[in-house]
Amino acid sequence: MITLTHYLVLSAILFSIGVVGVLIRRNAIVIFMCIELMLNAVNLSFVAFAHYLHSMEGQMFVFFSMTVAAAEATVGLAIIIAIFRNKETVNVDDMNIMKW
Amino acid sequence: MEPYLFYVMAATSVVAALYLIFEKNPVFCALYLVFSFINIAVLYVLLEAQFIAAVQVIVYTGAIMVLFLFVIMLLMVDVKKKQKDDLPFQRIPAMVMGFVLLVVMGLAIKSKLFQGREGEYTSAKVESIGHTQLIGKLLFTDYLLPFEMTSILLFVAVIGAIILAKRKV
Repeated sequence: MITLTHYLVLSAILFSIGVVGVLIRRNAIVIFMCIELMLNAVNLSFVAFAHYLHSMEGQMFVFFSMTVAAAEATVGLAIIIAIFRNKETVNVDDMNIMKW
Repeated sequence: MEPYLFYVMAATSVVAALYLIFEKNPVFCALYLVFSFINIAVLYVLLEAQFIAAVQVIVYTGAIMVLFLFVIMLLMVDVKKKQKDDLPFQRIPAMVMGFVLLVVMGLAIKSKLFQGREGEYTSAKVESIGHTQLIGKLLFTDYLLPFEMTSILLFVAVIGAIILAKRKV
């Protein structure tokens, strides 16, 4: 029998993998993908709670968080393209013009 | 049947996520992430959230990840060129801290904090009304204001993307 705990543990594992990916990768696009993975891990725990607590609120929140993820991906990738046009790189170590 | 499906999907999604963070080529990274998202969509079906599963496949793997692949191929990031890494010593501490984060979250799950009050929408009731119909009804009654704010958010995102992509920033 699969319980709520199973889904929460899976969600925690996926979230941790996303955090580690953000910390160890240097390619801005891959860092962005890891953020999407973390968003998905949280969505999974929302849906699991909604199912096991017999409530629809979790699924509504997943709906809205997917919209936010879509908006975030659009603007973030536009920013990455703008940076690439100016600096010819997507490596986050080269983007240090705000550091002094 | 259902427990086996859960374990298979959970294992493959975790393995695909691990490949995502250790793969050098960004195109393969995107494909591993697509694989992970589709596995999560199957888990949504197991949780009786069919509409969310369909939206997951259409929006995440269909729209967002295609946008990622499009940008990767547009920028043509040279995978053969050795990527500069200013902080090579960051890898091991990052993995240790990620594991510590996992342990902390595991302890939070193990404590009985997530008890929550049970709602009215049991499986039988959702089955009788219809899942998508129920979401549509809630979206246009209880969640009308957030729904309208979502439309403004998407509008702002479209304008922001066009302005950032249009001229030299």
